[in-house]
Order: sequence, then C-alpha cells, then structure tokens
Amino acid sequence: MARVLINFPQRAKRGEIIEIKTLIQHPMETGYRLDSKGAAIPRDIISRFICAYNGDEVFRAELFPAMSANPFIAFSTLATESGELVFSWIDDNGQIQSEIRQITVE
Amino acid sequence: MRALLAAGFALAAVTAAVAEIAPEARRSGDDFVSPEIRAMQNDETANPGMLWVLQGETLWAGKAGAAARSCQDCHGDAVASMKGVAARYPAFDAVLARSLDLEQRINRCRTEHQRAEPLAWESDDLLALTAFVARQSRGLAIAVATGPELRPFLDLGKELFHQREGQLNLSCSQCHDDNWGKRLAGSVIPQGHPTGYPIYRLEWQSLGSLQRRLRGCMTGVRAAPFDYAAPQAVALELYLMERARGMPMDAPAVRP
Amino acid sequence: MQLLLSRRRILLAAPGIGLASFAAPTGATEDTMAEAIRDLIGEAAITPGKVKLELPSIVENGNTVPLTVSVESPMTEADHVESIHIFNQKNPQPYVAAFHLGPRAGKAFVATRIRLADSQRVVAIARLADGTFWSGSADVIVTLAACTEQ
Repeated sequence: MARVLINFPQRAKRGEIIEIKTLIQHPMETGYRLDSKGAAIPRDIISRFICAYNGDEVFRAELFPAMSANPFIAFSTLATESGELVFSWIDDNGQIQSEIRQITVE
Repeated sequence: MRALLAAGFALAAVTAAVAEIAPEARRSGDDFVSPEIRAMQNDETANPGMLWVLQGETLWAGKAGAAARSCQDCHGDAVASMKGVAARYPAFDAVLARSLDLEQRINRCRTEHQRAEPLAWESDDLLALTAFVARQSRGLAIAVATGPELRPFLDLGKELFHQREGQLNLSCSQCHDDNWGKRLAGSVIPQGHPTGYPIYRLEWQSLGSLQRRLRGCMTGVRAAPFDYAAPQAVALELYLMERARGMPMDAPAVRP
Repeated sequence: MQLLLSRRRILLAAPGIGLASFAAPTGATEDTMAEAIRDLIGEAAITPGKVKLELPSIVENGNTVPLTVSVESPMTEADHVESIHIFNQKNPQPYVAAFHLGPRAGKAFVATRIRLADSQRVVAIARLADGTFWSGSADVIVTLAACTEQ
C-alpha cells in the first residue's frame, strides 16, 4: 500500500467550498528512462484518480507520464452533507488503492 | 567561456585562504530555493518528504527482528523521546569508539536490540525512519557534541571539506564557503548546511540522505565518491553539522 | 589551476536523471500539441480567456513543477466547467492531465505538479457546460542542473 497524505477540513458548514489536498507515494515511471543496460524501464504510472462523496463522483483526473512522481493533486468540492469521501488511485494495470475519510457537515 | 570559468575559479583559489562563513552570515538552503519550492516544503500537507515521515511513524511502532521489538517498545512516543536527537547527530558511540550518524545509529539499534537485519542505505525504510526521527528535531538548533573523543573525526571532516578533489580539482569550501549565492549553470550555490536532511530532492524524485547528496557532489567534481558509511563520509557529516551549529533543523526539506 | 573538462562537456556529459536517457524519439512539437488538442476538441473554436494557468516562469529542475489552473465560472448547474485539459509542447507526449469537475466542485481550481523536459509552453483548455472551449497558457524556462549523479 503506497503511503498517502490526504488533507481537508474534517468539519465544514453546509455549502462551504472546501479544498482537498492529496499526495501519494508513487514513482510514476514514464517508460522513457533507460536502465544501466540501455533497456527502457517499463511505464508504470497512476493513470486515474477519483474522489467520490457519499458515492457520487465529485472529481476525476486522467494522468499521463508528464505528471510528477509522488503525484500531488489539490481540488475543491462543496460540503453538501456529512459522510464519506473515498479517494481512489488506479494504475496502468488496473490496480486500485482506495482511502476513506469522514467529513462532518453542519 | 572556458577561459572565464577558469579565471573565476583561479580568483576563488587565491581568495580561498579566508574561507569560513561568519556565523551571522550563515543561511539555510531554504533561502536559496524558489518561492514555489519553499511553499512546497513548508506545507506539511503537500511536502512529498512527509510521505516518508508517515511511513517512518508506522515503522516506529512495528515489531522487528528476532527480539520482536519495536522502536516504540524501548523509546516510547517518538515525539518526546526523539526530540533533539537528530540535532546532535553524528554522535560518539563509546562502544565502537567512533562517531555514528543517524542512519548508522538506527541500524545499530536494529542489529543490537531488535536483532534484525540492518536496513540498506537509501532504502525506503531507512529513509522513512531517519525522516521520522529528524522531523522530531524540527525548529531545534543543531548542537553536536564536540568533546575530545570526537576531535579526530571533526578535524578529518574539516580537512576533507577544504581538500581539493576530482578532475575538476575543487574543494567543498571553494563553492560553499567562497562562492555561495552565485550561480553554477542554472543553480544557485547554497552554503551547504545539512539543516534539512533527509531531503526530498526534485532531481531524485525521492527522499535521500546527506551521504547521497555528498556522493552526488563528489561525482559532480569528478571525484570517486566515498562509499556509504565510509569513515570519511561520517567525519564530513560531523564537520558539516558543527559548521551549522545553532541553525534550526527543518527536515524534510525540499531541494531542486 | 586548470579546468580539465570544458563546461560544454560537463553539460553534455551530465544531464539530469529525467533528461538523461530518453528512449523515445525527440518529443512533442507545437504541431503535435496542436494535433492532440484537435483530437480532443474536434473543430470547435477555442477562445483564449477565463482560464488562468500559473506556473513558475523559471525552474531549476523540471521534475516537479507546481501548476495551478483556475477558471472563472459560477460553477452552477447551468454554468460550470466540465473539464480542464493540460497540454505541453516539448515533452515526449503532448498530454499532461485531464481534470473532470462539475457543479459540485464549488470553484474551478486544480493544483498539481508536472514534469517538463525542456523550456516550453504549457496550455490549459477548459470545456464549459455550454460546450464552449476556453484556453490559457504559460511559458516556463527549465534550466539545467549543474551537478547530477551520473
């Protein structure tokens, strides 16, 4: 499981726009680097990132090798109701890492 | 251009005798990076180095080795027990009768007390533990001990810092004492204080140790770099920390 | 003292890790980027405006360049940003990322970090709910690191 840092206010007012910052440990191997023998190191990147709020997708990103290693993505969403935010990172091979965080909206 | 560069370094060589930076003129590497990099470093929620600190926090609590002990079992809560530790490393180990840096101390704990295999240099786990421990000294002044037992290592470190090396025949001092603030290719030359180690270096796209950085510099002047954990490497680290005495630690720093 | 290696040889001999060893043919050009944009958008018009793309104007290392993109929009059900697409001119591939928003975003804002292989222009294209496309761009100078690990 790759290390992940997710940050957003755990309590918010209904209708408030909150900023969510995410950071995940991943080399984002571009496929263009050569190893010491001159062979290309195969591409291995996180190609999709999705944030779902109580089951509804509120943000999605498609990522290409031009994204930096240890990808950082910050975005905003409306605090609509209390519940769960689920963050999913999906790599080229379809492997998914998901993290769940709670939010309280008053 | 070549003549200009040669002239520049010749000038530096002539004035090199004075060398050392006055204590009040010392500045952290933070001052030499762009505002964007500084912002990345100072935001705990966006500093990539924090991924390793997080990992270190988990490793701290994990049992390891034949003794099935975690760091926590002996040291308790790291926030309390590790406060100030990184700021006084490298430190003297009475049993081994030499100075050890933080990575070596962590590995010694692993082999002696956890009875586990030492972690490889630059491995994610060793970097994570070092970053986690170093983080607990954030804001604290560097204060390595310099008793008589450490004198020979400090002297060696100082000598190495001032010694020309490599095909480019440059010493650390010539860049970092005499020409800090000026540019080398596209980069601004910092003073070379280890306040932020282990650092997240954009060049590496990863966290890395001070020894890795020193090896990089040595390769840069076309010298054969010290092996990891070589006595010269640790002596140089000790000198660098002493040279930065009193400056606040801020690991993990972000550097280009 | 003598410099045994000329500066030019140092620069050629020691490119950064990201630049050192590209297996791919030389990268995207203005044309490739334009083509990629057309592939995405078809024949629709792209109007410069509304999109603010911020990148540092000069970076010491192209591996991790902070990028912020924001689009003027009330982000209501009727009038919002559906997606923002980032393109570059000189990397091996023209596409950098695509971000899908919607009225639940509250504001059209994304911050991330990208790789730039060389000094170049970066372009952001926003697709609004009404089907129109808007663009913003930024030029970045990527300098060469002096000492690398090779």
